[in-house]
Amino acid sequence: MTTNHQAGPAAATAVELTKIYGSGDTQVTALGGVDVEFAAGNFTAIMGPSGSGKSTLMHCMAALDAPTSGKVYIGDIELSSLNDKALTRTRRDRLGFIFQAFNLVPTLTAKENITLPLDIAGKDVDQEWFDTVINTVGLADRLRHKPNELSGGQQQRVACARALVSKPDIIFADEPTGNLDSRSGAEILAFLRSSVRELGQTIVMVTHDPGAAAYADRVLFLADGQIVDEMLDPTAEKVLERMKNFDAVGQVS
Amino acid sequence: MLKATLKSLAARKLRLGMSAFAIVIGVAFVVGSYVFTDTLNRTFDDIFGDLSSDVVVRPATPEGQESWATLAGAGSSTTVPADLVQQIDALPEVASADGEIEDSSVFVLDKDGDVVGVAGAPGVAVNWYEEPVREGEERVLQLIDGRAPERSGEIAVDDQTIETTGYQIGDEIPLVTLGEQPRISAELVGVTRFGESGSLAGASLVAFDTGTAQELFLDGENAFNGVSVRAAEGVDAEELRDTVGSLLPDGLEAMTGDDVDEETSSAVEEGLGFFNTFLLIFAAIALFVGVFLILNTFSILVAQRSQEMALFRALGASRRQVTRSVLVEAFVVGIVGATLGLLLGLGVALGLQAIFAAFGMDFGGGLVLQPRTVIVAYVVGVLVTMVAAFVPARRASRVPPVAAMRDDVVLPDSSRRTHVLLGGILAVGGAASMAAGLLEIAPSAAVFVGVGIVAVFIGVALLAPIISVPIIRVIAGWYPKTFGTVGRLARENALRNPRRTAATASALMIGLALVSAIAVVGASANKSIEQALDDGLEAEFVMASASGQPFSPAVAEQARQTGGVATVASMRGSFAVIDGSQSYLSAIDPETFGQATELSMVEGSADLASGGAIVGDDTADSDDLAVGDTINADLGSGIEEIQIVGIYDAGNPLLGGYVVGLQTLQDLGITPADSTVYVTAESGADLGQVQADLEAATSELPMVTVQNQEEYKDSQRDEVNQLLYIVYALLGLGIIIAILGIVNTLALSVMERTREVGLLRAVGLSRRQLRTTIRLESVAIAVLGAVLGVGLGLVFGISLQRAVSDDGLDALSVPVGQLVVFILLAAAVGVLAAAWPARRAAKLDVLRAINTE
Ligand SMILES: Nc1ncnc2c1ncn2[C@@H]1O[C@H](COP(=O)(O)OP(=O)(O)OP(=O)(O)O)[C@@H](O)[C@H]1O
Ligand SMILES: [Mg+2]
Repeated sequence: MTTNHQAGPAAATAVELTKIYGSGDTQVTALGGVDVEFAAGNFTAIMGPSGSGKSTLMHCMAALDAPTSGKVYIGDIELSSLNDKALTRTRRDRLGFIFQAFNLVPTLTAKENITLPLDIAGKDVDQEWFDTVINTVGLADRLRHKPNELSGGQQQRVACARALVSKPDIIFADEPTGNLDSRSGAEILAFLRSSVRELGQTIVMVTHDPGAAAYADRVLFLADGQIVDEMLDPTAEKVLERMKNFDAVGQVS
Repeated sequence: MLKATLKSLAARKLRLGMSAFAIVIGVAFVVGSYVFTDTLNRTFDDIFGDLSSDVVVRPATPEGQESWATLAGAGSSTTVPADLVQQIDALPEVASADGEIEDSSVFVLDKDGDVVGVAGAPGVAVNWYEEPVREGEERVLQLIDGRAPERSGEIAVDDQTIETTGYQIGDEIPLVTLGEQPRISAELVGVTRFGESGSLAGASLVAFDTGTAQELFLDGENAFNGVSVRAAEGVDAEELRDTVGSLLPDGLEAMTGDDVDEETSSAVEEGLGFFNTFLLIFAAIALFVGVFLILNTFSILVAQRSQEMALFRALGASRRQVTRSVLVEAFVVGIVGATLGLLLGLGVALGLQAIFAAFGMDFGGGLVLQPRTVIVAYVVGVLVTMVAAFVPARRASRVPPVAAMRDDVVLPDSSRRTHVLLGGILAVGGAASMAAGLLEIAPSAAVFVGVGIVAVFIGVALLAPIISVPIIRVIAGWYPKTFGTVGRLARENALRNPRRTAATASALMIGLALVSAIAVVGASANKSIEQALDDGLEAEFVMASASGQPFSPAVAEQARQTGGVATVASMRGSFAVIDGSQSYLSAIDPETFGQATELSMVEGSADLASGGAIVGDDTADSDDLAVGDTINADLGSGIEEIQIVGIYDAGNPLLGGYVVGLQTLQDLGITPADSTVYVTAESGADLGQVQADLEAATSELPMVTVQNQEEYKDSQRDEVNQLLYIVYALLGLGIIIAILGIVNTLALSVMERTREVGLLRAVGLSRRQLRTTIRLESVAIAVLGAVLGVGLGLVFGISLQRAVSDDGLDALSVPVGQLVVFILLAAAVGVLAAAWPARRAAKLDVLRAINTE
């Protein structure tokens, strides 16, 4: 298995990454020694059957969860050597997140949500960059609205803007379009695509949708906690074809 | 449905535990006060229950009064001559008749020269006589060691006093009396024990031989204060009472011992009833505050479960079933809370018992738990919880079934308009009711004031969700500037559910409103006293006994002999029944008293030498008296007519009510004893020296203190302050419940926002920042409660002061510093209340928090 196809230096690397939940009879090996690199300026999609360990991989890479063994590097920082404070700072300064749902703080306006990581860090907002991001996301006229006044698609775009505005080294997105209709989903994906291409962002995205995976530069296939395949320059058809092979193993939702 | 309810109940133990806590505290206080007073009553029943012999002869009770001697504690001047006792003894129906002498101001001094016993408790003295005892009975006062006093210079003392002082038989014991020689001493020859437990509730008891007692208390007259009569075999008490009664002259009466005992017990119970009421008022406050907490908790719980409720509705449960499921939950919580409260209440009673014991009032024996107490505990606990849960239950039932499908359920809110309207009506109506009560327009003033205050509280609490928004914006306005995003988050969190924030703050508001009102009244009282004394007290020194007991006129005499003293004014007094109601009759010498204070007359003159009386203009108004009218005064030896010769300005700080001359009081049969002595110094005298000399002159009498003007003012202030502190301490309980309310609300809110917390942590909010956010939110809620509370308290306090400004509380003082401290304390309380919820939130696992439903 080669995962060495690189478009540049690695933004994040996992070495022998293992995650085991529970113990004894109920023990589940969610990740069984995964080696992977995510190149800077690259858009990677992760696919695989339900329960194959996609979210777990994402969480371990994103300093949200501690691996059982193995190492995770963000740039050249090794996460297991960091305490909680340093992890928090790493998340704040170097990582961005887009979750499937509930991405926004309901009491803050769209604009406040977008600048939240910068505000927490006490950093100034780079106004030019902010405007660029806002225009790309197309939210200029919605900045003063609270999340409950925005549609699901708009909320996800705010989440994308938030992830982008602090210029993180890498953005992790776990099924960012899972809750959206296909049109809103397509808007988000196009936006992520363009932020990689035009803004040089690095993005790793979990998805179940072959169509969504087609926006990526590379698709990694996960099964039973292992990376089983990789596809460059994917198209929806190729991905769908590949996924069918998993049907024997587990069900793809 | 029931099963589902109970299951979800068990699943939320922590949250329900917190709401049950309010009930536990409220019920505990109710139970504690009941158990404690029941226990007190039992103790006093033991003491007084079987005290008297078959028939008692005593000075007649004034007409229209139920019991006089026991209540007033003042001896009557009517005595029973010795030959009458012999006459009674000689009756064939009588087994024995013994003359009794009793006095309540003989105090034992301990080895340091200090008065033994609880301050204010009487120093009882009796004559010892041998009493024949029937088989199977015991004397009330038994000799347990040594022998009985037989001659002058010998005494027997009760065992508790002996135990505390460490005196032994054969010791010479110093005593203080009211007599010509205030300080005497006698050899301890015996130790007595009163009743079975030996408890005298803080008093001491000295027994003399009869001759000495007559010498000391009856000017050597061969007479008694009363007679204890025992029936011969086969004679019943009522028959004996009538036979003895026929022998008695006017002014004496015969009663059966049972009647006397009952009279005493009920008088004591009446006295304790006040104490019980006092405690129950605070229990009511605790419960009232608790209602807010319970209401709030249930509202939050229902809100959090609205999806579950909607699911029930979608699955076919009726609205009624949903309502019922919440009420069942409340019922279970109420039962659990009441049970725990009952147990805690027993602990509270034990604590009170221990506190009283520490002050020398030992109420022996176990606690009394009456069935009534248990019933009240459950009724109160369950009822209060169900009532508090009713509103949330109704709201829960209005959750539309479709909400089950939605992610973010917003409970249907009852309309704001209804709230504002109802709140406004209650607040205004309550204020009107208060005003009516305070101005005494309404018949039962206290009820009107009480109901008014409760209505205002509820009204303001209903308005609070609306008023609180602008207030919070001010309180938390500086947060974003100072704390950045963390501050903004905190401010928005405090604002995001105004109803919840307001309900939480309301609990604190109630406690602080009462505390602030009391603080205003207290400060005004202090200022009024100070002003009155500044204007009215001209005497340089005030001599009084610390416990308020009267003392021998010999003290005043010695003061007169002291160098540098110009005048000495004695003030005396006695309980009296005046025109049919219990009252107090003071006595002064207008000549010397006029030196101690400016006695300004509104009408007539202050010439009391002819046996007349003067009366304050306030009393004259209320009792409709004018110069030339007569009052009927009964001081225990029959009604005497006294003419009103003048009306004085009641603004005088030293004088109140009815006042006669010193001689008149003595003529009415009251043994001369001063309650206060005012000393004016010669001009140019060295005041320090005079005070030292006066102190030296009273060194024999440790109970009498000499105070200069400043010290006197301080001691007056201390009295007010002590009262304030007791009230503060009790109201503190309400505030503790309020703090728990904040803890509860915050903890529940944090649980509700778990996902949000996870998100914030994921995007880089540090634990410390998260804690700060919650702390700031808590401070905003607490300060909101404090601001509302202090505001209402000011209104209450000022109106109270205004209402009673004619009754001596004429100066208004707003203790601004103290009120500011209250608000700062509230902020500190906010920080404290946030500690636990903040810790919990910070400990949340980021991933798990994001993934919670
Ligand atoms: N907190 C946990 N405790 C125990 N087991 C877990 C936990 N989280 C995940 N697992 C298990 O680890 C395995 C991988 O889970 P993961 O969430 O990574 O799957 P996934 O690929 O994201 O699936 P899906 O497509 O359904 O989101 C699963 O078998 C899951 O049951
Ligand atoms: Mg997943």
